[in-house]
Amino acid sequence: MDFEISKDPIRIEDVIDKVVAREAGAITTFIGTVRELTNGKKTLFLIYEAYEAMAVKKLEQIGKEIRERWPNTHVAITHRVGKLDITDVAVVIAVSTPHRNDSYEANRYAIERIKEIVPIWKKEHWEEGEKWIGNQLETVSYPSGKPREEDMNG
Amino acid sequence: MVNVLFFAHLKDVVGKEEVSVEGNEWNVARLKEKIAADYGLEGLESVMTAVNEEFADDETILSEGDTIAFIPPVSGG
Repeated sequence: MDFEISKDPIRIEDVIDKVVAREAGAITTFIGTVRELTNGKKTLFLIYEAYEAMAVKKLEQIGKEIRERWPNTHVAITHRVGKLDITDVAVVIAVSTPHRNDSYEANRYAIERIKEIVPIWKKEHWEEGEKWIGNQLETVSYPSGKPREEDMNG
Repeated sequence: MVNVLFFAHLKDVVGKEEVSVEGNEWNVARLKEKIAADYGLEGLESVMTAVNEEFADDETILSEGDTIAFIPPVSGG
């Protein structure tokens, strides 16, 4: 299982081990962690929720896209769900390639695609409340529990 | 009947993760209108839809037993 959604803490080494290959000259690892401050606001903890069956398929699709674009590449991705505290690991992406440049580029591609097509959502919990985050830039969010008028027309 | 799944804020508003509704041979747009009316969901027309775990457009025709998920803007990573 190279593409997983995990309810348990992610073991980084396990994800890396999946992409070890004799033809590889580089392995890059991206570790996404829970940040305490976003635009000056203090996060207490996050809840990640996934549409798991589809999320695994979309992670597999990202792996396929990468292997088509960067030959002889191995990809493994695990994304955590459930309650995560500050500094906890939310996602680990490991990519191995014959040469290092491809490894950096392919890994960056993977995280950007996750933010576009993988059905996973985070709910921020602050001291003064909670909110499902509409996207990573926090430009789309639904404090009322519903999209705002301007988002609906956007 | 088709199965409809809700996630994130949609699940909070509806108060359920899943409902089973009429929708055989409907298109996605018609199902969205029906669900929006039944549960008071606003802005559903701008939420992405997946049919049987693949993204689908508003013209996609539904079949008996399909699983439809409404996908709010994602925020993983």
